[in-house]
Amino acid sequence: MPSLKSLRLRINSVKSTRKITQAMKMVAAAKLRRAQSQAEAARPYADRMERMLASLGASVAGSPDAPKLLVGTGADKVHLLVVVTAERGLCGGFNTNVGRFARAQIRALEAEGKTVKVLTVGRKGAVYLKREFANRIVEEVSFANKKRIGFEDAAEVSAKISEMLDSGQFDVCTLIYNRFRNVISQTPVGQQLIPAPLPEVAADSGAQYEFEPTEEEILARLLPQNLAIQIYRALLDNAAGFYGSQMTAMDNATRNAGEMINKLTLNYNRTRQANITRELIEIISGAEAL
Amino acid sequence: MASFQLELVSPEKLLLSRAVEMVVFPAAEGEMGVLAGHAPMIVSLRGGVISVREGGQVTEQLFVAGGFAEVAADRVTILAEEATPLANLSKSEAQLRLNEAEAAMAAAANDASMEKREAAMARVQSARAMLDAATAA
Repeated sequence: MPSLKSLRLRINSVKSTRKITQAMKMVAAAKLRRAQSQAEAARPYADRMERMLASLGASVAGSPDAPKLLVGTGADKVHLLVVVTAERGLCGGFNTNVGRFARAQIRALEAEGKTVKVLTVGRKGAVYLKREFANRIVEEVSFANKKRIGFEDAAEVSAKISEMLDSGQFDVCTLIYNRFRNVISQTPVGQQLIPAPLPEVAADSGAQYEFEPTEEEILARLLPQNLAIQIYRALLDNAAGFYGSQMTAMDNATRNAGEMINKLTLNYNRTRQANITRELIEIISGAEAL
Repeated sequence: MASFQLELVSPEKLLLSRAVEMVVFPAAEGEMGVLAGHAPMIVSLRGGVISVREGGQVTEQLFVAGGFAEVAADRVTILAEEATPLANLSKSEAQLRLNEAEAAMAAAANDASMEKREAAMARVQSARAMLDAATAA
């Protein structure tokens, strides 16, 4: 039976834990709102980009000198996985889910005899994958000291990827991240970046565009931009998902702490009562003995 | 005067979406003015100033660092890499960027790849246009 004092201490410590998780939940909720609106604000650009790419790409894809970003290197040997995770923990299974998904992908690809390289974005993913796949990690990018993800950050990552493609370091590139579905559900997905899967051209978009300068030149500029925007979208989804996940996790933690406090308080009161009863019995039996 | 729908989007947000009469933007091969009913085109942009005209007057001027424009008969969509209203441009920042871009070009001068040199040149051009726009504003 724990002493009254130790119970009291325990209750106090759980209470302060509850205060912390509650505050974290609040902070996450506020940040979530901001991250979500940022993710929504980025959507129009991605949509328009997709439309433009659809009308452009279809005509160029067939030609033999189509850019590498669009058609890849033609081989299918070396896979680059770009794994996007959060910078921090305390967010439930958020990072672990992506990590597990990435691990399954790596295993599956290696079982097929392919070479796998990993580029991690976000500290947690690097930590998770390092345990098993340290020698496959070619680069780690971290935005831990950034308060807010900007488009430049995504552009930086995409520049790294295109550089690696140009020097022939991989053939296929896949982006793995948590897709933000809603506040309580984020699902890890793998999205192929290179070769770029072309969006379907709507049948009625029959308008024949003129191009200035040439189609190829525009495409050569549009593709890297598209790569950056896909990564940007993943980063924003990741940020929004992280806060959503953290909010849920902290909500659960707060509730659990409350339950624990109730249990401990009950225990405390029971012990106190038992002590009083025991003392009474001692006094009474002492008086009777006289 | 006939109007058309103009949309100006940057990766970060939708900046402008309304009916206008005319828009002038810096296409890769020279300034280009677009009125309603233009033939469909896809154009690549260099750094420069976009002017929007409504009611016969310039109502809005924004600097873009580059991007793309899609022109159709009843709408124009501009995908800007970065867009700032002229009034918010800062001269010192433009100068800083020009210096950086020039340094990058000098570094790329020995680079074998043609594309890299072109990209560096485009950056210098864009930074110069930004400085000009900032000075004029």
